[in-house]
Amino acid sequence: MPKYGMMIDLNKCTSCQACVTACKLENNVQIVSEDDAQNGRAMFWMKMLTLEFDGDYPNIRPKALPRNCMQCDEPSCIKVCPVRATYKRPDGIVAQIYPQCIGCRYCMANCPYTVKVFNWDRQAQPVQMEKTYDPDVSVRPKGVVEKCTFCIQRLQKASEKAAVEHRKLEPGDYVPACVEVCPVDAITFGDLDDPKSEVTKASRDYRAFGLLEELGTVPKVRYLNAIE
Amino acid sequence: MSYQDLHDEDEVLFRPIYQTSRTFYVVVIALAAVFLFGLGCYIHQLFYGLGATGMDEPVSWAFYIVDFVFFIGISHAGTLISAILRLSKAEWRRPITRMAEVITGIVLAIGGLHPIIDLGRPDRILHLFERGRLQSPLLWDLTSVTAYFTASTIYLYVPMIPDIALLRDRGGKLHNFYRILAWGYKGTPRQKHALERAINILMVMVIPIAVSVHTIIAWIFGMTLQPGWHSTIFGPYFVVGAIYSGIAALVIVMVTFRKIFHFEDYLKEIHFRYLGTLLLVVALLWTYFTFAEFLTTFYGHEPAEMRVFLYKFIGAYAPFFWAMVFCNFLLPIVILSNKKTKTIPGILVASIGVVIGMWLERLIIIIPTLANPRLPYPTGMYVPSITELGIAAAATSAFVLGFMGFSKLFPLISIWETKEGREHSIHEVSMRLRDYLPGQRDEAGVEASVKAEI
Repeated sequence: MPKYGMMIDLNKCTSCQACVTACKLENNVQIVSEDDAQNGRAMFWMKMLTLEFDGDYPNIRPKALPRNCMQCDEPSCIKVCPVRATYKRPDGIVAQIYPQCIGCRYCMANCPYTVKVFNWDRQAQPVQMEKTYDPDVSVRPKGVVEKCTFCIQRLQKASEKAAVEHRKLEPGDYVPACVEVCPVDAITFGDLDDPKSEVTKASRDYRAFGLLEELGTVPKVRYLNAIE
Repeated sequence: MSYQDLHDEDEVLFRPIYQTSRTFYVVVIALAAVFLFGLGCYIHQLFYGLGATGMDEPVSWAFYIVDFVFFIGISHAGTLISAILRLSKAEWRRPITRMAEVITGIVLAIGGLHPIIDLGRPDRILHLFERGRLQSPLLWDLTSVTAYFTASTIYLYVPMIPDIALLRDRGGKLHNFYRILAWGYKGTPRQKHALERAINILMVMVIPIAVSVHTIIAWIFGMTLQPGWHSTIFGPYFVVGAIYSGIAALVIVMVTFRKIFHFEDYLKEIHFRYLGTLLLVVALLWTYFTFAEFLTTFYGHEPAEMRVFLYKFIGAYAPFFWAMVFCNFLLPIVILSNKKTKTIPGILVASIGVVIGMWLERLIIIIPTLANPRLPYPTGMYVPSITELGIAAAATSAFVLGFMGFSKLFPLISIWETKEGREHSIHEVSMRLRDYLPGQRDEAGVEASVKAEI
């Protein structure tokens, strides 16, 4: 069984936010009204997180990192879920079961990375969006929590295809939308248990670090520090 | 002892049941209007979703959870205080226990509903029973709150049986209602013995349940990894806070009913002074816990913890924090440790301060932590919406309405216990006292008192 993980190279990342957009389209993440967005209800599974600003104005260099779900190996969200609406699959992906979620938002309160988003209400989506809906991803009803699932629908599709073709899942068969879209290949994705995979090699880099690793959540999304 | 001759002496305790003033109806209508408004707010929220509240991305738990913790805290008034006073044979408890237990029953029903109001999908509430995970503190909470509600309702009901029997014997419109509830109680020695046994077992049982309830509510927060919540003292800290707000709520209720129903002869100044002393002790205990909690945070100076700490001390929540310090620490301690101000109005002011202060305490425990996530997200200020305020107002009016309804059905002060106090306890207490003191021992008397206690 593979163990999926991701390495994001901050040296390469230009903060272009292509991953943010791709994620939003791929997973049918709801577009909220302007008022709601200003009230802190904007919904993103992948989000650009501004950590700090280096240098003095006007020569500033913002230090930002793309932040999706860390897919922790010891996830604090599944520990507290009262109804098993979020769980860890054998391949390490922390998945959500939307029809089971009662909307208590305990997982949101316990996620140290604050990655979970809640469907405060269901709003009419812009007409232009109709053509972009992904038929493989269920639209979440109001009142449930959602988050990045490493584009689990792509894994489903890839493994079905591999099964039909009577072969095993190859490393390049399945990558999440953010990895596919990144114009500078800053994101590597693959099997952390495979010693030869790109992601394992990247994770051995001396620049590798995980967000809030000290909490013992063992994130499977890790970063390569930006070094001039 | 037949029940017919009990009536006259304590007639004032029966009066609220049979006489209803006009003001009563006016107040009921006003409160019912508030309650219906809150109900309307909730129906709006049901259709519109939790978007109707002021909650947002980092502050994903707010008013409802604050009220939940607050109301469950108030519920400790009753059962715990009355059980401890009964257990320690405090004779002055007699006119107090009933009201304390009623507070528990009503407030627990209201508080217990708050997590359901807070759910995004209340239609899926049965998932908790179908596929509940016992590893989640929310399930512990569900278990302990329902256990506490069951235990405290029984604990309210059982000591009320002799009084219901009295009401049954008086006849009237609700005769059949009382007949069913009185469970055929006639005051025979065997029934009396069984009743006392039941009360003794219940009061011992109810104490650990009460302590566990608030400990587990604290653990909902304590078990998380979040700065400001992840603390080992949260369990006992919340229990102390709960008892604190419980005593204060009890004092407010007692003063109110003393005034409305003229219970001055039953609830004397001495009762309030004793409760005031109890309140002072718990105030100091609460202060000690608060001090310990904040000092360790400050001394450790962990950045994430410090952000929450400073948010409370000098940041956006500073007004609430310092108001809490005033209401929970300065005001009650100054009033209650001064003999001149430790009068009924003084104790009432302190109690109102404590109830407000304890609500603020729940607020400043829950929101600043959520508003300061570990990673640098932009965070706004949480402002409750009309829906949330409406539901909070409805919850408060439901509490008062519940109490008013109770006062029209059952006596607010235990009549048979008052009677028992008058008839037996004076003798019993003097015997007990004689047993404590050195010197002569009246063997026969002591034996009799021991027998009476068993």
